[in-house]
Amino acid sequence: MDITLNNRKESFDSEALSIREILKLKNFTFRMMVIKLNGQLVKKGQYEDTMVKTGDRLEVIHMISGG
Amino acid sequence: MNVVSIQEHLSHKTVGIAGCGGLGSNCAVALARIGIGKLILIDFDRVEASNLNRQYYFQNQIGQFKVDALANNIGLINPKVDVQTHKQKIGPGDAENLFSACNVVVEAFDRADMKQMLVEDMLLNLPDKPLVVGLGMAGWGHSNAIRLRQSDTLYICGDEESEVRDEWPPLAPRVGMVANMQANTVLDLLMNMK
Repeated sequence: MDITLNNRKESFDSEALSIREILKLKNFTFRMMVIKLNGQLVKKGQYEDTMVKTGDRLEVIHMISGG
Repeated sequence: MNVVSIQEHLSHKTVGIAGCGGLGSNCAVALARIGIGKLILIDFDRVEASNLNRQYYFQNQIGQFKVDALANNIGLINPKVDVQTHKQKIGPGDAENLFSACNVVVEAFDRADMKQMLVEDMLLNLPDKPLVVGLGMAGWGHSNAIRLRQSDTLYICGDEESEVRDEWPPLAPRVGMVANMQANTVLDLLMNMK
């Protein structure tokens, strides 16, 4: 499948992947993050059950301390 | 548009600022200078000596509530700004009450968990409201790593990677860059509104 991940085109071999699987494949190990799928917030408890399909737009925003 | 017509346009606009530390105090001052109509400032903390390496406060304000000190400093720069202050810690579900009257909201917390809480609250409860966040500004150098990324109504300013730690603290130059980038993003959004 082909998705847009953080504004970049990204291809995966599988037809569909959960958000958790994509985080693992991309090595996103951020402790704190905000995830949006097609503009909608996906809360932390929903990463396993939320499936990403071809054409989807996924954003992973790393929450970083400092200000 | 000249300076006067920009001021006239901005004088009808309201911006909410969540947190009045390094990001919030500098961003608020930049917006006050250009003639923003109203600022809603929220912070529960008091000014400490260790804040003065990056935050828009003065020696004689140590011990004061940040929102009071900042309102005072803004008044000295531009007394026309209507400053509303709230001495409170923002929690989940508070955004709608605090910010529904704002044209744009600025996330200016220091802790990552607070940033996450506000971003999620805004996305859930005020999804159409532009939110300008600051992510990644510790240390020095790396000027070109600081950038703006848009994700729908979420505007992310910062390098999105440099985490604060003891040997890589937040310091005035880079924190100020991100705070002013947030103010510049707010200005851009406001200038594109009717």
